[in-house]
Amino acid sequence: MGFFDLTFEPDRDFRLLLMALFLPLVGYVIQISVGRFLPRKGDWLLTTGMGLAMIITVRGLFQAISAVSAGEEFFHNSKDAGIGFSWLYSSGVGDGVQNVVAGVLYDPLGAALFAVVGVVSFLVHLFSTGYMKGDRRYHIFFANISLFTFAMLGLVLSDNLLFLFIFWELMGLMSYLLIGHFSHDPDSHRINHAARACKKAFLTTRVGDVCLFIGMMMFYNEFGTFDFKGLWEATTNAVAANGGEWPAWMTVAGLFVFGGTVGKSAQFPLHIWLPDAMEGPTPVSAMIHAATMVAAGVFLLGRTFPMLSPDVLGVVTAVGATTAIFAATIGMTVFDIKGVLAYSTISQLGFMVAAIGCGGIGLVAGLFHMVTHACFKACLFLCAGSVIHGCHHEQDMRNMGGLKAKMRTTYKTWLVGTLALTALVPIAGWWSKDEILGATRITNMVWGSEILLALGVLVAGMTAFYMWRATYMTFGGEHRGEGEPHESPKVMTIPLQVLAVFSIFIGFVGIPDGTFGSAKTNWFEGWLHHWHLKGTPGAEMVWPLAIIATAVAFAGFFVARGMYRGSDGKDPLPEKLGGVWKLWNNLYYIDAFYLFLVKRVQQGIAKACWFFERWILIQGVINNLSQAVRVTGDRLRRVQTGRLGGYVTSFMLGAAIVALLVLLQVGLLSGGQASAGGK
Amino acid sequence: MGIEAYVAVSAALFALGIVCILVRRNILYVLFGIEMILNAANINFVAFNRFNGDGLEGRMFAVFVIILAAAEAAVALAIVLNVFHLFHSVTPSEVDRLRE
Repeated sequence: MGFFDLTFEPDRDFRLLLMALFLPLVGYVIQISVGRFLPRKGDWLLTTGMGLAMIITVRGLFQAISAVSAGEEFFHNSKDAGIGFSWLYSSGVGDGVQNVVAGVLYDPLGAALFAVVGVVSFLVHLFSTGYMKGDRRYHIFFANISLFTFAMLGLVLSDNLLFLFIFWELMGLMSYLLIGHFSHDPDSHRINHAARACKKAFLTTRVGDVCLFIGMMMFYNEFGTFDFKGLWEATTNAVAANGGEWPAWMTVAGLFVFGGTVGKSAQFPLHIWLPDAMEGPTPVSAMIHAATMVAAGVFLLGRTFPMLSPDVLGVVTAVGATTAIFAATIGMTVFDIKGVLAYSTISQLGFMVAAIGCGGIGLVAGLFHMVTHACFKACLFLCAGSVIHGCHHEQDMRNMGGLKAKMRTTYKTWLVGTLALTALVPIAGWWSKDEILGATRITNMVWGSEILLALGVLVAGMTAFYMWRATYMTFGGEHRGEGEPHESPKVMTIPLQVLAVFSIFIGFVGIPDGTFGSAKTNWFEGWLHHWHLKGTPGAEMVWPLAIIATAVAFAGFFVARGMYRGSDGKDPLPEKLGGVWKLWNNLYYIDAFYLFLVKRVQQGIAKACWFFERWILIQGVINNLSQAVRVTGDRLRRVQTGRLGGYVTSFMLGAAIVALLVLLQVGLLSGGQASAGGK
Repeated sequence: MGIEAYVAVSAALFALGIVCILVRRNILYVLFGIEMILNAANINFVAFNRFNGDGLEGRMFAVFVIILAAAEAAVALAIVLNVFHLFHSVTPSEVDRLRE
């Protein structure tokens, strides 16, 4: 019955999905052309459009839920319904007809992320109408954030790797523009920081993008298709044809594809852009950390998962685990409230990536964590935005404090987000994190599952520590900064409350089966049961593990409470940690190392190239060559006397020689003929 | 009278033309020399056509050469006029500005 009918009808529903996809794009076009002349600079237009898109995305999610709970296969490709956009058609070169058709793939994973993107993006739009008030490029900001949403929605809906890549790149561009939003604002005291940060984000993610492109083309070269379904089937066939062994090239290609995730999802060693991306406006940070950029990397892993060989998955786990511990340690030493959240995101992404590397259950756990994390990290970021707004654009936690009484709503929602992130029973993060820890039992990684497990538990403790450190420094004690902090307007606090509610309840969709008797409780796993996930063991509640992880998280809480309760803005951690603090606070000197690489090594190579070009190529080859031509020409000029007599004489001499030669030849021939003819 | 007489006249005319080009300093004589060479060729065309061929090809070529010679003379005389205008001389060896 129309819109509220939840059975999936391809004809109607693909059009609706495409409408949700293109609403932000249409909004962008209107906003960028006439936005500045509209009342309120057009923010209401885009927010309304995004709200409509959100309704469609949420409806799609309910369709997926109703189909899955009825036990149906929920896997829709618009090409089966004849909806597709033929791009790149060529016939008869090489392997025959090549045709790349873009379609929509709508499956449970896509539906889940589509809805997350829709909801978070709408709330971010709403929040921005308050947070960005008075910004001189207000209308541009809204246009860009809409296009950013469009790129992510398109990426989620793409049914082939090529279009995923196109949207992926568009997202890279939009993140560049949005992180650098303040670089156009002459009033901003951080104008240079913003310019540097957006450049850094763009270039760093570019490294990953190139890797993804190479991996994608390797798969295309071998399998001749970009479609996910075609690639999955071709992979199964290729492995079967190879006697159950994965071909070596697939490992290489898989590693390149994973390189894309490393760039976009800020995994070690390409994580350096994400903390700097904090220079962008806070709503953008919330988008990047919850709904768009970093989720795209994990989503890519989810989509290409069947194509990743066990060796690749081992590397994935290793990189993820390294990132998780590495970012968590840095997160404990940062003073910027958004910086803490940024490193926390990197660390949690490491968790997800490590889990996905563990195989089937891990994939479910990792994607589940991606969804729960999107809710509470968006909540935390918008809280941080509200705090920064309330403290007159102060970001250093040492100059905050005492906000508990001044900003009640923000404090409460922040608390919910923190509890979800630090995995308190039974809020969101608890379920997903424990599923990840449970999944490490079946890792392929060389280190062995015990070490991975220990790392996971350790990171859980660190997470609790740095989040409570941030909480006590920001909200506890007395206010230390200048000016009087104030609570943010309703338009900003309502999104916080919505996200806080999500953060509390979202975890319940993924309770492992069998936790409460025999009831089917892991809806999320049920959603993800594609054909390629069938037969993998389901997640289980590993109670001892859950209890240990929770206990460690509580330990982290109590340590933080002991050190920062009633904090006066001084951090006792540096004295306690000594040299280690210095290492962590300097980000393991990785940024410094990259800077060294650029300044010394790359500049050195550039100088050598310059020397070669200037003195060997230009001076040695080109100048000498032109000199030689000039000298030769000078000599040859003397041949041209300009005297006609000389010309005629030499012409005649040449003609005489030719005539003589001809005569000699003819004479020889006629002599032969003469003797033959007897004359 | 065989073809040898015609070829002999043609060769003599050709030699005269070459000598004319080589020894005379006036550019007009050079043009005369060229005309002589062309007409030496014409005699050959006609003679060989008369003695060896059965068509009109040789004679047709001779007509074409005459037309060509007329065109060449027109262009050459125009050049000579311009050269005289610029250099006040019709001696080829004095027109050597391009060498510099």
